Amino acid sequence: MNRSCPLLKLELFSDAEMLSVVRHAVGQLAEIEGFSSAKCRAVVLAVDEALTNIIRHAYSGEEGRPIQVSFRRIEVPQDGRQRRALEIMLEDRGKKVDQATLCGRCLEEVRPGGLGLHFIKECMDTVEFRRKAGKNQLRLVKLLDVAKLGKGA
Amino acid sequence: MKISARHLDKMTIFDVSGDVDLATSPELRKALLSELREARMPRVILNLKAVRYVDSSGVASLVEGLKVSRDLGARLILYGLSTSVREVLQLSRLLKIFEIYESEEQAVSP
Repeated sequence: MNRSCPLLKLELFSDAEMLSVVRHAVGQLAEIEGFSSAKCRAVVLAVDEALTNIIRHAYSGEEGRPIQVSFRRIEVPQDGRQRRALEIMLEDRGKKVDQATLCGRCLEEVRPGGLGLHFIKECMDTVEFRRKAGKNQLRLVKLLDVAKLGKGA
Repeated sequence: MKISARHLDKMTIFDVSGDVDLATSPELRKALLSELREARMPRVILNLKAVRYVDSSGVASLVEGLKVSRDLGARLILYGLSTSVREVLQLSRLLKIFEIYESEEQAVSP
């Protein structure tokens, strides 16, 4: 990665009612960046599930806690060339994420719950967690199809 | 999300519209479980034609409804899935465990 361009930064509070607002913004951003309809839906689902996890697990459902979501256009090396991608960074000040719970559940088992992380991993090309300075940070990257390059490519 | 019920002979059809997410899925769960456990309806049908989006909490509500329906010997049926809803069920690898139809006519047929 040698170039990046900040696109959008959202500061919100942990409130499930705000998820639809964020989904709308993320869908619009992904479309402007040139992602296909299917990839726009994937990016929206991943961000929504990540925020749901923050609200439910990091903040245990407590409302009014801060969440920051920032979006950057980046380039990542792949097969000897640079590919454009969308990088999304989510930060919260909630409980430390238990690494052991990040593997997702067995999908063969038909039961409610445990699907959020699976959706995130299926929808994004890169999913990285880390704990830094009292914050949980989740970095998501979605590669843009070469044929779908939009404005500013 | 909006949800309304229609009662036919030994079946209930829920017409659901909007987004089913962390904020709204508890309402769907409550409606489903009430119709299955308390009303003991043998067939509960979800019309999802106007559902634009469903997330993992929405899927969890559907799975819970399915498990309860199986325990009670009832049927939970979905119809009118949008591309978005179908994709999410496909991602969860649950598409095949639900009874899914294209139309209401198919869903209400014996």
